[in-house]
Amino acid sequence: MNALGAGKREIAEALRSARTGLAPCRFETVELDTFVGEVAGLDSMTVRADLSAYDCRNNRLAQRGLECDGFSAAVESAAGQYGRARIGVFVATSTSGILEAELAYRHRDPTTGALPLAFNYAQTQNSYSLGDFVQRYLGLEGPVFVVSSACSSSAKVFGNAARMIASGVCDAAVVGGVDTLCLTTLYGFNSLGLLSHQPCRPYDVARDGISIGEGAGFALIEKESAKIESGIIRLLGVGDSGDAHHMSTPHPEGLGARLAMQRALASAGLQASDIDYINLHGTGTRTNDASEDRAVFELFGSGTPCSSTKGSTGHLLGAAGVTEVIISMLAIEHDLMPGGRPTVDIDPELRSRYLLENRPGRIDRVLSNSFGFGGSNSSLVLGRAG
Amino acid sequence: MRLWLEGVGIAGPGLCGWHATRTVLLGEADYVHAPTVLTASSLLPAAERRRIGVPVKLALAVGCEAFAGAARDPASTATVFTSSGGDGENVHQICETLASAEREVSPTRFHNSVHNAAAGYWSIATGTREPSTSICAYDWSFAAGLLEAAAQIAADRSPVALIAYDQQYPPPLKAVRPIDSNFGVALLLVPGPTAHTFATLDVSFGSGAAKATAMTLPALDAVRAGVPAGRSLPLLEALARRIEQAVVLECGAASHLCVVVAPC
Repeated sequence: MNALGAGKREIAEALRSARTGLAPCRFETVELDTFVGEVAGLDSMTVRADLSAYDCRNNRLAQRGLECDGFSAAVESAAGQYGRARIGVFVATSTSGILEAELAYRHRDPTTGALPLAFNYAQTQNSYSLGDFVQRYLGLEGPVFVVSSACSSSAKVFGNAARMIASGVCDAAVVGGVDTLCLTTLYGFNSLGLLSHQPCRPYDVARDGISIGEGAGFALIEKESAKIESGIIRLLGVGDSGDAHHMSTPHPEGLGARLAMQRALASAGLQASDIDYINLHGTGTRTNDASEDRAVFELFGSGTPCSSTKGSTGHLLGAAGVTEVIISMLAIEHDLMPGGRPTVDIDPELRSRYLLENRPGRIDRVLSNSFGFGGSNSSLVLGRAG
Repeated sequence: MRLWLEGVGIAGPGLCGWHATRTVLLGEADYVHAPTVLTASSLLPAAERRRIGVPVKLALAVGCEAFAGAARDPASTATVFTSSGGDGENVHQICETLASAEREVSPTRFHNSVHNAAAGYWSIATGTREPSTSICAYDWSFAAGLLEAAAQIAADRSPVALIAYDQQYPPPLKAVRPIDSNFGVALLLVPGPTAHTFATLDVSFGSGAAKATAMTLPALDAVRAGVPAGRSLPLLEALARRIEQAVVLECGAASHLCVVVAPC
């Protein structure tokens, strides 16, 4: 669920028809000349009554996401098959319910400085709030934690699920990511000069930064089964790396990005030539795209089609990884590589094969990139089952 | 899941390094409560060193100590960082700025606000490009990090440094998130015996609540209960004693880890 729509069908249709979810920022009291991918209706809802202590923008969006595509029902069915204690919850967020704290700080007691009594730190602001909420919402009893490694967070959780299943701790896991608009990220990225004044244009010669969006995405990962149903996508490879370079600027030669992709391919037992499409991290900043392009070009050359879908969804930060994994799954399901809009003129210094328009064609294996602050990189390889 | 332990690092109130802490845990030295000693790591370039907050200082200090004893290169070791909330001072400053008319957030404060700030600075300091993750599980963050480290070792069969840290929050956050002390702990874990391994940990996850193992000394039990990373103390006490002991750690409101510690 994100500014493109609710559920796989709406999002696939938006990508097919080249619709963008980005619009001029009208969020809260924010006065910044930028575009955002806002999800409508979050202010006028609350979370399920028994979990009202967790009510905040981030958990509301989590709940909307869990109700898309029959997801919570699929988890319930898996709980019947494996048992509630055998299903882990490994979910990601970068800012959780920080918006609640931002609002609470506007209403401090004038004498004591205390925050309003209604502010609930543990169930809203703390990052664990998301994991706790999702586990309770789904009635699961296995291990739960939150991964928060900035913009790679919800790619990393796929690795957590794979390891917990491989080591026998779980039979299945709910993975996902949720991030929502807040002042910290809008004013924070603005302070770094990284907010675009237009809908972001990844890989464009005139790209000028990111557009922040909000979104929730979830996937149910199950252990290998003899029975392969149609529509099942296989997680083939996981690759993580660090840049060892800078907190907010990627390695100029894309060393960390390249390592993450190489490790993902190695863990899948695949060569670069086995990949049919790459969903780029492609944020739309000068340095991110240049660094990622160098790494992709050195590994894949100029033949493998690639694109960034952040010009459609916005940069979903802690929810970007899972959202782009789901978009990659849709690419496989619909035999459609999404064009990287609204990019017009590809930067001539970037050498990868960037797609401007949708391109039909059979896709068996996809690589999805997610890179974040702190030089935190994660690449995943997914493939058609059977 | 069986893990072998090569090194320990610790910085807590009145607990300064593994060597001194061991004597306290064994009752050979008295426990004297004192503020946690924070040392800025010499590994970071001076420009970066000026930018880091308490959580990163804690993480770097205990991480370095765990590696020093084991003669292992951090540049080739994966890491699991875990914290109940990261840098509360930094969050406080950002929220104050955002509540002001100007809303001019400092770029350094913003990039330091990510939960994986310690992981990022560790990567810069040690030059490691190995896989790293940053976990949060509120009061149960240490146990969640240990579970992830155990699953990594079971699945990938390569060394992992687990680095847990928590910081006292400033007012007004202190009232909604009371944390008694600054505390960091690191365990250098490997998939099999080496010349430096001195204990094994058998880690298993259990559904359902279980009573956490308490500390022998009430003053140390108060430290354990007062800071999430301090929940590691019973495990350290079992390590210090060099006897086989099952330690129970809460791992969520309704689940736990059982860790059988044995000397080797």
